[in-house]
Amino acid sequence: MNELLSNIIYFLIAVLFVFGLYGMLDKRNFMKKLMAMNIMQISVIIFFLALGQKLDATLPILVHGLEGVDQYVNPLPHALMLTAIVVSLSTTGVALALLLRIQDRYEDLEEPEILRGMDK
Amino acid sequence: MSQHYPVLTVIIPLIAALVAPLAAYLSKGLVRVVSITAVFAALLTSMAALVRALTDGTWHYVFAGWAPPWGIEYVIDPLSGGITVLITFIGFMVAIYGLPFLKEETWLKQGLHYALYLLIISGLLGMVSTGDLFNLYVFLEISSLATYGLIASGGYRSTVAAFRYLIIGTAGASFYLLGIGYLYGVTGTLNMADMAERLQPIMDSPAVIIGLVLIFIGLGLKMALFPMHGWLPDAYTFAPPAVIPFVAGVATKVPAYVLLRMFFYIVGAGSGPVPAILTVIGWVAALGIILGSVMAIAQSDFRRMLAYSSVAQVGYIALGFAIGNTYGLIGAVLHIFNHAIMKSCLFLVAGGVKWRTGQHSISRYLELSGRMPLTMGAFAIAAMSMVGLPPTAGFFSKWYLVLGAINAGKWPFVVVIILSSLLNAVYFFRVIENSFLKKSAGGKQVLKDRLKTKKGLWELPVAMLIPIVVLGVGILLLGIFNEQIVSQVLQYTLPGGGQ
Repeated sequence: MNELLSNIIYFLIAVLFVFGLYGMLDKRNFMKKLMAMNIMQISVIIFFLALGQKLDATLPILVHGLEGVDQYVNPLPHALMLTAIVVSLSTTGVALALLLRIQDRYEDLEEPEILRGMDK
Repeated sequence: MSQHYPVLTVIIPLIAALVAPLAAYLSKGLVRVVSITAVFAALLTSMAALVRALTDGTWHYVFAGWAPPWGIEYVIDPLSGGITVLITFIGFMVAIYGLPFLKEETWLKQGLHYALYLLIISGLLGMVSTGDLFNLYVFLEISSLATYGLIASGGYRSTVAAFRYLIIGTAGASFYLLGIGYLYGVTGTLNMADMAERLQPIMDSPAVIIGLVLIFIGLGLKMALFPMHGWLPDAYTFAPPAVIPFVAGVATKVPAYVLLRMFFYIVGAGSGPVPAILTVIGWVAALGIILGSVMAIAQSDFRRMLAYSSVAQVGYIALGFAIGNTYGLIGAVLHIFNHAIMKSCLFLVAGGVKWRTGQHSISRYLELSGRMPLTMGAFAIAAMSMVGLPPTAGFFSKWYLVLGAINAGKWPFVVVIILSSLLNAVYFFRVIENSFLKKSAGGKQVLKDRLKTKKGLWELPVAMLIPIVVLGVGILLLGIFNEQIVSQVLQYTLPGGGQ
């Protein structure tokens, strides 16, 4: 039970990831698909950040008197996720730009409506 | 200078991409010169790096003096070096090919087109060169984002296709990143060579199994392996013709290369969950080969037919991984090269026919062999290669795959490869029949009139004709010199030197 509690963050992340995946597959609205995609990306980001955490550890800045590796949080996942956040931001930007063009042309973001518009 | 070739290969297109819009603002001619020179320079440096990797062994390029497990390194071995040459070569050819399509566009559109195009090249080169798993993810996203942008520039239909591709592609990248997270969590490293060592003792732990499955799903989505190919047909059909030969030829092969690197170099084919995953890949690929070919037969649009055929052809590469012995891997690696060149050549032809007749429908290919002899000649070579007739390149990769499957005793795969060759023959000979044999009933005069409208000295602008002919001849050369290529280069690319 104790082990389950200490790992509960990973279960929550898994739930978040599956929520995102489900939304991307199931929703018919392109905007909702995009939001679900963001949820999925963020779950991965939190997963990495959770990997870097340690109990009773402090910021990864060298403090006088604290020598052991155990006393500092692992900074590498944070650095990696900074990049992943930028990637996520630019993906969202590109997706929104595409959605603007789709909205201009079809005046709708519902997938069935757009498909009908394409066949015309 | 010469000790920096691996990084120059990636960074020259990257800098040129940043410069391209400015160059286009100054002069439209300048942006063309800058872009094509940049890709050509990358081609030269990648060739130099490959030659050094072949003579002196694997080349580890370390950044900024940080030793590998901590810093990022680029690794050029014969395999990655060969694929960088492939990318830059096809990139160079398609850059020349795109010139007539872009001539009429505004400076802004030209500048952005070349910027995105160079970003794709740079991203794919980075994915192949890097020795770091997270660095690979970043380059994957650079090339993907640029691809979405370029596909979207082909009109409103392509915008919808690009958005769907973006959603699925980002899901693929997220799967890959999550898988890397698992492996990083258990090994504490992101360097490929370092991870290969640290993974061996913990191969059977659940975290490694989950991580590898997630990475497989992510890369499978990116390489459009059946049944994860949903984004591909629309994206390839509606993308602008100036860029799709490159995307179709190379963009799905690089994730296939990453899959090979992951399973055969980092993890090792015999250990842990890999044999089970490879078995699944094999059956999925076999199903994809058959269904992709059947879907291709059902299409009436030439580009869409090629797109479905891509789904089938990626299946061959995955099938080679699943067979897993030396012949199977030679076949898979050879097919990465062959299919990249064949599919680029076919899409170049499709763009050329569209330029001349304004049509993509297969039924409009009537009597084209008389009008466009060189283009249709290249098409015939590429089509025979796709079917797998000697002496074209496609025959040899299938030959190695069949040999590998027989050696491994995997008879169902032999049947699949031969059956799919027949299916390929059905859909390619339909086009060949239309363009070479059939006479249009009374429509000859109409056809003549339509073709007259864009009459020039040549069947196509020279800038379009040269890449078509070069790739067509390239398919033949790859086939004729296949023996030398396999024994001189390819066998050094395999894990353990082909043992």
